[in-house]
Amino acid sequence: MDTMRDRFAPVVSRLLDEDPRLAVVLAEIGLDGFQDAMRRHPDRVINVGIREQLLVGAAAGLALTGLRPVVHTFASFLVERPFEQVKLDLGHQDTGAVLVSAAASFDWPAGGFTHMAPGDVALLDTLDGWTVHVPGHPDEAETLLRHAVAAGDDKVYVRLSVQSNRQGRLVDGQRFVTVREGRSGVVVAVGPLLDTVLAATEGLDVTVLYATTVRPFDAAGLRRATETAGTDVVLVEPYLAGTSTTAVSEALSDVPHRVLGLGVGRRELRRYGTIDEHVAAHGLDAASLRERIGGFVEAGRVPVGGRGPVSVGG
Amino acid sequence: MTTATDLGRTHGYDDLPRLMGLMTGDEKHGPAATSTLDVLWVLYDRVLRVTPERRADPDRDRFLLSKGHGPMAYYAVLAAKGFLPAEWLPGFGTYDSPLGHHPDRVLVPGAEIGSGSLGHGLPIAVGTALGLRAQGRTDPAVWVLIGDAELDEGSNHEAIAFAGPAGLDRLHTVVIDNSSASHALPGGIAARFEAAGWSAVTVDGRDHAALYAAFTAPHPGRPHVVVARVEPKNA
Repeated sequence: MDTMRDRFAPVVSRLLDEDPRLAVVLAEIGLDGFQDAMRRHPDRVINVGIREQLLVGAAAGLALTGLRPVVHTFASFLVERPFEQVKLDLGHQDTGAVLVSAAASFDWPAGGFTHMAPGDVALLDTLDGWTVHVPGHPDEAETLLRHAVAAGDDKVYVRLSVQSNRQGRLVDGQRFVTVREGRSGVVVAVGPLLDTVLAATEGLDVTVLYATTVRPFDAAGLRRATETAGTDVVLVEPYLAGTSTTAVSEALSDVPHRVLGLGVGRRELRRYGTIDEHVAAHGLDAASLRERIGGFVEAGRVPVGGRGPVSVGG
Repeated sequence: MTTATDLGRTHGYDDLPRLMGLMTGDEKHGPAATSTLDVLWVLYDRVLRVTPERRADPDRDRFLLSKGHGPMAYYAVLAAKGFLPAEWLPGFGTYDSPLGHHPDRVLVPGAEIGSGSLGHGLPIAVGTALGLRAQGRTDPAVWVLIGDAELDEGSNHEAIAFAGPAGLDRLHTVVIDNSSASHALPGGIAARFEAAGWSAVTVDGRDHAALYAAFTAPHPGRPHVVVARVEPKNA
């Protein structure tokens, strides 16, 4: 199967042919895929060299002239290195862009921590007005890229990963999808972690929501799910654990609820190896997730004639 | 006290000290404010093809104030040219005023960018020049004003190194050189740009005729920098 990133250049190249407003800005990374598009649209496929501050600043300038820039490199160099440019040149200038990252939290474990960005979504959460798409399959990546490009002058982040679910699902760029219904808790599985979450919750009486657009957070969708499944909520996110716990707490602020945020650990692992080894090290494999989700849901169950643990908000 | 008669009226160079006097000063920003005064005036009076009526015209020239510290001269020139009412000036920096100690493009009519953090204007100007070129708008000129110490920011070096080889000949930079960089560029400011393929001129930043000649010097195929020397900040 191809990867999400394999879809990026072909999809955006076609969009460049269709939409004269579109421009692509690169900093060497990902350039190969745009060679043909660059020949057809030499002024709208721009490679600034290995210059990530200029990458984002130039995108803002393009947007100020009315174009729709799509900006791509690894997440660490797209969101973290030029963060002030993301904050000021896009946010403060009131301009928009589509930032499309690759490498995710640990797509290249042998590359080490320099090429890992588990904090990207949390970092964007310090800013206002960002839409964040986290596709879980190449087909979804294609759909969400089109949504992102078509979203006027909005600020949109699309997080591509080589980790993927086996099948793509219908996603609309806004709402969570109900994949399974239960009565003893809600598990929100984000992007590429859906298959593992479904395996981990097999036989558990929980609702599983699938989230590929995490900002804005589908608070209404979560609330609806809690009406039948109760207000024990587990988040399983492919980036920093707890990134969306605030969003859950805001969605459920007027009702007693419990929330468990699972994801990539904050502590630097300082290991190379394979993706699977990193998944396991962060407790994101099916067996570990089952233990943690099962334990959380079980702990929230009110025994007959007794009281459950005190409910806590986030 | 100023009156509504200032609205829509334009002023001359001699009015600028009075207009700047309407703004209560942040002393730290005082020298930074006057260092840009003559450059701004010559640009807005004789070079830039932009007026209050043309603020939304896609074919207008763009002026990006990157050196957003001490924007009194900028506000005074914008007021003198009718972009904003002189009545706004006395409110400088107050809660209800659109005029902050760093300008905000969303609040200030005629401001192309918001600035304050150093090193953002030139990369944005590069993108603006690229965006205009991509839309076949080869006529508008893009101008960005930075300070000599602001050149310390690496983001500017990324932009300088790119713009020369990219042949962005509609891009123009003015560096106000008031010798404020702690570690000045070896070989001088102009040499840094020239090494990256820019056309460069160094002039007296108080001499209007020299500034005009430098601003309008032909530079086919290359971006152009004017280094405008003014009295040292700490002199």
